[in-house]
Amino acid sequence: MTNEFVIAGFGGQGVLFMGKALAYMGMADEKNVSWLPSYGPEMRGGTANCHVIVSDDPVASPLIINPTTLFAMNLPSLLKFQDSVVEGGYIVIDETLIDPAEITRKDVNVVAIPAAKIAEEMNAKKLANMILLGAYIKKSGFVSYETMKKGIGKSIKKPEMFEINMKAMDKGFEL
Amino acid sequence: MGEKVLMKGNEAIAEAAIRAGCKMFFGYPITPQTELAAYMAKRLPKIGGVFLQAESEVAAINMVYGAASAGKRVLTSSSSPGVSLKQEGISYIAGSDLPCVIINIVRGGPGLGGIQPAQSDYFQACKGGGHGDYHLIVLAPGSIQEIVDITKDAFELSEKYRMPVMIMGDGMLGQMMEPIEFGEETEVVVPERDYATNGTQMKRPHNIINSLYIEPSELEKTVLERYERYKKVEENETRVEEYMLDDAEYVIAAYGTIARVAKTAIANLRKEGIKVGLIRPITLWPFPSASFAKAADKVKGILDVEMSMGQMVEDVRLSVNGKCPVEFFGRTGGVIPTPGEICDALKKMKEGK
Repeated sequence: MTNEFVIAGFGGQGVLFMGKALAYMGMADEKNVSWLPSYGPEMRGGTANCHVIVSDDPVASPLIINPTTLFAMNLPSLLKFQDSVVEGGYIVIDETLIDPAEITRKDVNVVAIPAAKIAEEMNAKKLANMILLGAYIKKSGFVSYETMKKGIGKSIKKPEMFEINMKAMDKGFEL
Repeated sequence: MGEKVLMKGNEAIAEAAIRAGCKMFFGYPITPQTELAAYMAKRLPKIGGVFLQAESEVAAINMVYGAASAGKRVLTSSSSPGVSLKQEGISYIAGSDLPCVIINIVRGGPGLGGIQPAQSDYFQACKGGGHGDYHLIVLAPGSIQEIVDITKDAFELSEKYRMPVMIMGDGMLGQMMEPIEFGEETEVVVPERDYATNGTQMKRPHNIINSLYIEPSELEKTVLERYERYKKVEENETRVEEYMLDDAEYVIAAYGTIARVAKTAIANLRKEGIKVGLIRPITLWPFPSASFAKAADKVKGILDVEMSMGQMVEDVRLSVNGKCPVEFFGRTGGVIPTPGEICDALKKMKEGK
């Protein structure tokens, strides 16, 4: 089993961190993982994306051509990558930022939640990414709740940030 | 066994170098290797080491020359345009028979080029770069764990043979993260060097580090001695990964991260019934010629794949020496070949187009 994630959005939306969290969840389940970021001018105020592979087998190419899951954090990212998603894969979007009608694919699973709005209500604007991640994990069953928690624990450097991140994940998980 | 952590290739080199007893780093920032220098800047002062951001790459490599002369374990890192600037110093270090480790996280060129991954510095690393008769040992890791293991070896090889060692990665390897394990941290004792210019204490004659020999016969002698050592390196230190060669009808030649993309291509080709294997040189110099020569006796062809216009392919052809066809496929300028493109190139070769 191989999961290939493309996570794309604006710099500052926590795109790279989401990737890191997914990778650590994979590691918590003793899978092979790789995390490949975009780097260069696009990082500085423009678009950012990263490729994460979580696999039972050793990861060969860390570059993803056809993701099994796309997290599109803004409209340009959705338009750029939606056609590359494999049939039966997942497209995850924040309804607050993207109209779900923009998803033209009929052969994929769609997770569309108003993550930015929920985050604002929680007074944690920056954690929309974690709400999306929680919602995706619940719907896809990518990892268990326990593994998810373990992965988040490993990917957060400051322990005091764990609780608030977990709260956001829970919020998404409960939707 | 330590716990596995996710680390960027650049940071993994830095941490592995520190664990190998390297306490001196001189460099100048450049994308895509800057995280390496940043990591060193953070860590080295805390463990009694020296981190110095030089005024230029030329200055940095000459500081390395100085530290190596004084008998220290020393590292510098850069990316393609910066490594070009270092070539004069590298030639002097080779001419003075000093050990040091140089990292090149290659980006697209020539000129300032771009900042995306490339392999177009193969000629520079393996065929000179600087002036004069000399070689570097050139190591080309293909994963972050291999980076960790190879960095330690790089220091040891450079000291064993008293020559500079280059680790050649690319932007992708420098920037990506994979789980790695460092193993037990052990105390490293860097051996005393009897040639070091670290003060006589009035107890021994002066040591002189020099690469200038006005008398041709004298210079020739030093070069011949050096090439005797190079011969030993070729005999003892060649490294290669041979992958799925047993039943292979075709072989892909690739190093570094592109070898990984090639492995995905090989899996796809084998699903279609085309038996393909891989030869991945881990040392680019010394080049694993014997592996290619052996494979050439039994396969129908070799496809060399690089992120360049075709540089290593010349060594593959020399190794194969006409025994089987050698074709080339590459993308350059920072473009990474996809598994699909590699599959197509191999099928084209198979169909004789």
